Amino acid sequence: MMHTSPLNDYDLPKIRAQFPILSRKLHNERNGGVDLVYLDNAASAQKPLAVLERIDHLYRHDYANVHRGLHSLSEAATDAYEHARQTLADFLGAPRAQDIIWTRNGSEAINLVASSFGERMHSGDNVIISGAEHHSNIVPWQILSERRGVEIRPIPIDDDGHIELDQLESLCDQKTRLIAITHISNALGMRTDIETATAFAQSRKVPILIDGCQGAVHEDVNLKDMGCDFYIITGHKLYGPSGIGALWAKQEHLESMPPYQSGGEMIRSVSLTGSTFAPPPAKFEAGTPPIAQAIGLGAALDYINAVGRKNIHAHERALTVYAAKKLRELEGIRLIGRDHSHGIVSFCLDDIHPHDVATFLDHQGVAIRAGHHCAEPVMQRFGLPGTVRASLAMYNSQQDIDTLIVALTETRKFFA
Amino acid sequence: MSLDDLRAIYQELILDHGKSPRNFAQPQTYTHKAAGYNPVCGDQLVVYLNVNTDDHLQGCHFTGQGCAICIASASIMSEMVRDKSKAQVITLVSETKDLATGVRDEPNDAIDEDDRIRLTALSGVRMFPTRVKCATLAWHTLQAALDNVEEVSTE
Repeated sequence: MMHTSPLNDYDLPKIRAQFPILSRKLHNERNGGVDLVYLDNAASAQKPLAVLERIDHLYRHDYANVHRGLHSLSEAATDAYEHARQTLADFLGAPRAQDIIWTRNGSEAINLVASSFGERMHSGDNVIISGAEHHSNIVPWQILSERRGVEIRPIPIDDDGHIELDQLESLCDQKTRLIAITHISNALGMRTDIETATAFAQSRKVPILIDGCQGAVHEDVNLKDMGCDFYIITGHKLYGPSGIGALWAKQEHLESMPPYQSGGEMIRSVSLTGSTFAPPPAKFEAGTPPIAQAIGLGAALDYINAVGRKNIHAHERALTVYAAKKLRELEGIRLIGRDHSHGIVSFCLDDIHPHDVATFLDHQGVAIRAGHHCAEPVMQRFGLPGTVRASLAMYNSQQDIDTLIVALTETRKFFA
Repeated sequence: MSLDDLRAIYQELILDHGKSPRNFAQPQTYTHKAAGYNPVCGDQLVVYLNVNTDDHLQGCHFTGQGCAICIASASIMSEMVRDKSKAQVITLVSETKDLATGVRDEPNDAIDEDDRIRLTALSGVRMFPTRVKCATLAWHTLQAALDNVEEVSTE
């Protein structure tokens, strides 16, 4: 099948050739099977050859533990590992690579902030979140709330799925210690007006955390201009390996925050009566880090840059618009949310349960996510048990969307 | 497994029971009740039983929300367990779990013909490993009700 982009100058066949998994067949492979149409990228993206080969090369040639061995391999591994940190800093427009803390994933990065930055919060203080958040930007704050008596104040979302930022004025007071909101919603795909949110936070001198797990995938991020205090990413949605994420934070916060986990790597000196800690980022990176994962993510970011972020985002935007248009034309489809330009389309098909839809689509080769997308409050807001979510990446095509539409039509026919 | 096999399994019983579930109501009176929840997909059921003095199930009802497989399984269960003794029901529950999870391929010979057919149809879900819990939720909940456990989760 010839795969095309809505944009003329986007070389989709060349990009797809870099992702080996896209050519595999599903179901009854011996009899030819069906082509994979991978539309679950907001859950995790597939990996290009550049990442697979980089990790393979590392383990074959340069692997050792980092920051400790006084030998050639350790030096090579440390260089590659720290180079990846610089690559991510450049990717996010962060002024200093030392302000990037490696974590396992986005959830751990938010837990780090809740645990360490939250240490200075007390009973009566409050944290503002929103009704559009992924569980990973809700539960850490609830646990902080239980431990320290901090109040959680959610900003509601409107019928279109947008966070009602004009409510910030009434929610924020002298006791607000942090605002923590998403850049792009994983459940509905709506983009938060983070410019307004950060300007508000700055005007009130309240620190603001932006969850960029989807945002950094579908939009250019420039932390020099964004005006946030904390920014969160996860590597596996950026075509990197699983097991690597990152927290970027302003230097002043990292210097004053206490360590998160403790052990090797994060110390300056240890005696049996007490220890002193290394400066950031090491202070927050206890133990042997995810070495190959960080280096693999660096290779993924290099690959994204080589394709060109502007090109990828323009392609994804045009393809999301195409998908929303095609879905709207299909009888029985109800799109949830209004913002269909950031790679995510969430919808219901008649009153067929999303999991039944998912099983039928899967048997036609189409991988989507069905359910609450780890954002139950969003589903509760719209009174739904869940939705079907198609989420796009740099390698998806108009043909992928057309196959989705045919598969949905078949599914609907069956349940009619 | 092909799309046609999938259609066949859904067609056989799941569509019928999934769309118009039997005994889908909260009864006026009941002797046992339990709530079941599948946190992975959010399916939730409440099962109500009427067990008489000689330990037979006079009635089984349920309410809740879930996918077609979950609702159909509960509906089929509510018909199957009616007028059976508690001991027979407990056998059926473990039989269903074993068949749905692929521990065994064929229903036990001791089970009567009608029930064997229904169990075989239900156990078709073992071909979709991700959906097995949808089919077993009702049965776990029934077991919990008999054991006087108020809440059960598939995780």
